[in-house]
Amino acid sequence: MLNVVVIGNGMVGHHYVEQLAASPIDTQITVIGGETRPAYDRVHLSEYFAGRSPEDLALTSREHYIEIGVEAHFGDPVFRIDRHNKNVITQAGRQFSYDKLVLATGSYPFVPSVPGRDHDSCLVYRTIDDLGSIKAQADEAHIGVVIGGGLLGLEAANALQNLGLETHVVEFAPGLMGVQLDTGGSGMLRRKIEALGVKVHTSKVTEVIEATKDSDTRLLLKFADGDCLATDVVVFSAGIRPFDQLALDADLKLGDRGGIEIDYHCKTSDSDIFAIGECASLGGRIFGLVAPGYRMAEAAVSQLGDDKQSFQGADMSTKLKLLGVDVGSIGDAHGTEEGAIAYTFSDERIEVYKRLIVSANGKTLLGAVLVGDCSDYDTLLQYYLNGIDLPTDPETLILPYNAGATPALGASVLPATAIICSCHNVSKGDIVEAMDAGYLALGDVKVETKASTGCGGCAALLKNIVDDQLSERGLEVDTAICEHFSYTRQELFHLIKVGNIESFDELLDKYGSGRGCDICKPTVGSILASLWNDYVLKEKHVGLQDTNDTFLANMQKNGTYSVVPRIAGGEITPDKLIVLGEVAKKYNLYTKITGAQRVDLFGARVQQLPSIWKELVDAGFETGHAYGKALRTVKSCVGSTWCRYGVQDSVAMALYVENRYKGLRSPHKLKSAVSGCTRECAEAQSKDFGIIATENGWNLFVCGNGGMKPRHADLFATDLDDETLIKYIDRFLMFYVRTADRLQRTSVWMENLEGGLDYLKQVVIEDSLGIATELEEQMNNIVGTYQCEWKRTIENPERLKRFVQFVNTDAEDDQIVFVQERGQPRPATEAERLELSKATA
Amino acid sequence: MSQILKICEQTDLVANSGICAIAEGQQIALFYLPKETPLVYAIGNWDPIGKANVLSRGMVGDINQRLVVASPLYKQHFDLQTGNCIEDSAISVPVYHVELAGDEVLVTL
Repeated sequence: MLNVVVIGNGMVGHHYVEQLAASPIDTQITVIGGETRPAYDRVHLSEYFAGRSPEDLALTSREHYIEIGVEAHFGDPVFRIDRHNKNVITQAGRQFSYDKLVLATGSYPFVPSVPGRDHDSCLVYRTIDDLGSIKAQADEAHIGVVIGGGLLGLEAANALQNLGLETHVVEFAPGLMGVQLDTGGSGMLRRKIEALGVKVHTSKVTEVIEATKDSDTRLLLKFADGDCLATDVVVFSAGIRPFDQLALDADLKLGDRGGIEIDYHCKTSDSDIFAIGECASLGGRIFGLVAPGYRMAEAAVSQLGDDKQSFQGADMSTKLKLLGVDVGSIGDAHGTEEGAIAYTFSDERIEVYKRLIVSANGKTLLGAVLVGDCSDYDTLLQYYLNGIDLPTDPETLILPYNAGATPALGASVLPATAIICSCHNVSKGDIVEAMDAGYLALGDVKVETKASTGCGGCAALLKNIVDDQLSERGLEVDTAICEHFSYTRQELFHLIKVGNIESFDELLDKYGSGRGCDICKPTVGSILASLWNDYVLKEKHVGLQDTNDTFLANMQKNGTYSVVPRIAGGEITPDKLIVLGEVAKKYNLYTKITGAQRVDLFGARVQQLPSIWKELVDAGFETGHAYGKALRTVKSCVGSTWCRYGVQDSVAMALYVENRYKGLRSPHKLKSAVSGCTRECAEAQSKDFGIIATENGWNLFVCGNGGMKPRHADLFATDLDDETLIKYIDRFLMFYVRTADRLQRTSVWMENLEGGLDYLKQVVIEDSLGIATELEEQMNNIVGTYQCEWKRTIENPERLKRFVQFVNTDAEDDQIVFVQERGQPRPATEAERLELSKATA
Repeated sequence: MSQILKICEQTDLVANSGICAIAEGQQIALFYLPKETPLVYAIGNWDPIGKANVLSRGMVGDINQRLVVASPLYKQHFDLQTGNCIEDSAISVPVYHVELAGDEVLVTL
């Protein structure tokens, strides 16, 4: 067994550990992380200020490392590497010996040697702890300055703006993002972020930072040209430097401009030591992006096995949103190649700038700059990476549609090697392969290949490829719900709504054929309930309900039913708890606490259901809708009323939400939860919509689920007041009910929406479709017409007629047999049943 | 010897759905489909796959023009006229001759 020690637990170091642990190579892995916490998502660091907690950003945990057999130590950085004895020594003096050593030490922020930089309010922007310091210093501050106008500097500026500070960016070069953008693009970026309230100062060299007394502000920046700028907080973000001191002390070879020199196999000058990520230098280049770091990690892992891969550098094209502005940079943005031709499109009215750099013969794309509109990025990147011949008039690639633009690059011209999703390194070939294996639907392709599940930037391109492949195979996606209707659920929803259709027969006559089946009937029943909230047992709907909806209970394997009263928010009085116990005892029911904070009573015969429910309704219970595709439960923690850590009353909110949406019929069951603080005891992030209290209100998460394929919910909106929270949930749920496919959970629904989460935000928050009011009205109508189906049923003798085992005798079904286990009844197995009937015969 | 028995009243039937009655100790699922000819169908109530007496509580419909009921347990479809399971031709349930005589539902056993 190979003893592998990994120094550093950033994103790349963590990726290495995950890859190695998942490989068949027999190793003992030891991780030594300098920070006190395990790896987290540094790319989305600025979301910390938008409400994401350190736990949300975590990529792993100590528990996870223990589970996969990795020994991990945090908060005690490595102090020395002893290559001779092959061990490493930490600051606390602990020793770890290694067979192979991996350096994933990352980088640190470069702080120029300006006098005064050691002041308490002068900070850097790199780790979660740095963010904590920035937040603490921003408290009671008014003005913040970022020194550095590059990519990271603008990220830091975004953070300061989110903290409510008047934000300034100071850059010593003449333009912002000089590495990635040309002068024109840089100018447009400046214009746009100035419009957002950020003040930009370029060609400014900071000479000294002075602490001020008797002033409203804490600090004064003095520039070389004599100008001054008063501020409270300074954040240095003037670039990063590789953490290579350990390697230098150990006499490993460094690159010309710093960084630990590596070869194509990520090996350093000591063949037992690897270096990966931002601390490594390949041919004098350092790759400061996460994707190349991941590729290095994979290459380094492969060196320990048989299938050795190499890392030969990576494309550094980037697309990102800075302060809400789309910025893209591909290849040679500055047009340095000899004879290169540039095409520029600039529209100052809508503040969009696009530039193409093309080879002298006009055939190959060398680079591109996009500011304000990145919709062409994917297409241009494919031209660039794959060397695809440009059209005769390359400018059509960046012109607006009405000025003769060519449509997006056809998926068919891309080679199989074209990387479509760079987050997960998925090529077009991988996608075609998944489709060859039978995964033809877009959602399935995503799950199979992981394409478009990272940043989501390739969603449109992925859809093009899938559609193109389908038509190449002569396939049309058959979206018909069943043989009786050649429509999707969404289309049926529209037909029913627009045509004001109130029954299944009416719909079948107008738009269907045959008699219907167990697929289309309940679907239509659910749509009718969502739209008109009609009592589900009305005569005209009888045939549309499956047995669970007909008998308002869940059928179990032996033909008996379970009874689940609503216990909103999991809150129940002792008196009601006693009633549940008494009813269960009286009818000899098996009782179990569910994961949804309720009590299930199992083993009721169909003819017992009305009397059981009469007792429950009389005691004040309502149906829990456990039988329906409907809102099930809103789980809650105990919240600020009792808990020392709670910041909001999560139980009251859960009760309100559950009572508002109870009984809402939907394409799939819906679950929700409310947590009273960021510790998240109610597990709201595993629900279709989850609510987590903050000090300022509520954070809303959407489209999570547990079950077979668990999915963490996405953060949707932050620090909402009660009213806005409910408004967003109303719109979100009703939009889902309207547009989702049959049995499609919210997560899959969102992944299939073109534009995904961003699109959903536009519809729900910005009302981009102009339907928000309509969605809210529809929800209000359903809330206003709510009725407890069990209460209605037990009041109606006609309905109760159905609750019999046999219409012609009061006898019981003798095939329903129970045996006792752990003091409760359970269904007899087939063998037990035969044995028992032999004994009685 | 086959015999004709009154099993229940027509008013016991539920349109477009099923009910269960017992005749000579056998559980019989009865389906009343007002738009079809004949109007009433009778098969055994025992689901041989789910192994419980539940077929009368399944949903009715058609698959390739064959009238079927879907088991509420594991959703296999049984032909109301032949008793054959659509998903597994080796499996079938008993079928009974049934007719309406005035207000009475008569089954031949």
